[in-house]
Amino acid sequence: MGYQFDWSLVLTGEYRDWLLDGFYLTLKISAVAGGCAMALGTLVAVLRLSRVKPLMWLSLAFTEFFRNTPLLVQIFFWYFGSEVLLPKSVNEWLYSMDFEFAAGTLALTVYSSAFIAEELRSGVFSIPKNQLEASRATGLSFLQAYRFVILPQAFRIVIPPLISQLLNLLKNSSLVMTIGVMELTYQARQVESFTFHGFESFTVATLMYLAVSLLVSFAITMYNKHFLHHLRY
Amino acid sequence: MRWDIVYNNLDYLLWGSYPNGPLGGICASIMLAVLGIFGAFWLGLVFGLMRLSKSRILRGLAMVYVEVIRGTPLLMLIFWFYFLGPVIFDYNLPEFQSALLAFVVFTGAYVAEIVRAGVNALPGGQMEAARGAGLTRFQAMRYVILPQALRNMIPSFVNQFVSLTKDTSLAYIIGVNELTKAATQINNREVVAPAEIFMAIAVLYFIICWALTAFSRRMERHVARYQARGR
Repeated sequence: MGYQFDWSLVLTGEYRDWLLDGFYLTLKISAVAGGCAMALGTLVAVLRLSRVKPLMWLSLAFTEFFRNTPLLVQIFFWYFGSEVLLPKSVNEWLYSMDFEFAAGTLALTVYSSAFIAEELRSGVFSIPKNQLEASRATGLSFLQAYRFVILPQAFRIVIPPLISQLLNLLKNSSLVMTIGVMELTYQARQVESFTFHGFESFTVATLMYLAVSLLVSFAITMYNKHFLHHLRY
Repeated sequence: MRWDIVYNNLDYLLWGSYPNGPLGGICASIMLAVLGIFGAFWLGLVFGLMRLSKSRILRGLAMVYVEVIRGTPLLMLIFWFYFLGPVIFDYNLPEFQSALLAFVVFTGAYVAEIVRAGVNALPGGQMEAARGAGLTRFQAMRYVILPQALRNMIPSFVNQFVSLTKDTSLAYIIGVNELTKAATQINNREVVAPAEIFMAIAVLYFIICWALTAFSRRMERHVARYQARGR
């Protein structure tokens, strides 16, 4: 083993700043895409639960297609494909902004929203049907029954899987390095190719991902312990 | 739309330059996924059972493995095995094997969780009855618990296989000749039809994954019917 460790290289100075910038961008793209995916995922789930056939099919096709194709291919599709699909003026406007970031965010949003929609749907379905029937019998309208009886219960069940979807999103965001978004994995590669000290830079990057993941999964475990143990159907 | 470009390169997308060169395209992707899930099954079985063992050390080891791997992006793991393994441990693996190793280690952690959940889902009476009939703990696991638990886990394994099939696209990043690599090669050569090319390979991936997902849903219903239940 002829490898000389030099931890000070990645823990001080310029290269540390690169990694920190990358970590910041990872959090930023995850937050933006996460927020958008929540909104889009909710919309898709609502369409699925609506009783209008064409809307249900649309939502089904959306979730099935985007869940069953690789994220990397979707990223390439949005990134390379938009050049051909969109009109020229829109493209010029996009290139003047941070186009890589926009394409990456779009891909992450669409991909994650399909998973989030499924979680929301199965959360609502996990509430027994007689809850709806009982609330309808007490005189609530369909919307009121959802608003005051079904959704508050479903919400509590759905929080842990939703958060782990967001965690997946954070880990998946490493893929946008392939189109040149300078997030954490990209910066770790960058430090490696500048210094040949890949071990140190990848260790730091891995620990950053791990820290967020472990913190969040610890929080989920606590949440489950405190809020979900009494729910039995 | 220039779908003729996709059509003209379809053989390259499906099996690469196979008879005259290395196997590539979607065949290589499937090969990666099949070999990967095979390795991950054994690795996951070992770690899943370690997680259930009575020894605190084994349990701790398995927990660290599962939590660390599940908290790390797969891409990071691929880089570890491809760029850093050789530097630190002085071995040299070609891209394909290196990616395969990363897939096995990555998926193994998820399989370990499936195994643990599957065994825990069986009613406790099964183990007690087997032990009561005079089997050792190991025998009870081997002949009573695992045969039932593994059958119940088949749908989860299929789902894991589906995500692995999608994840094989990441092997492109270190240069493995598989479907996504083939698509980017064609895209770089032809330039004018990126949307068509990536749409086409998305559909190829979709056909495989969706068929398997549908299969796993049917299995789930089938398996649920024959499950041992508590009380």
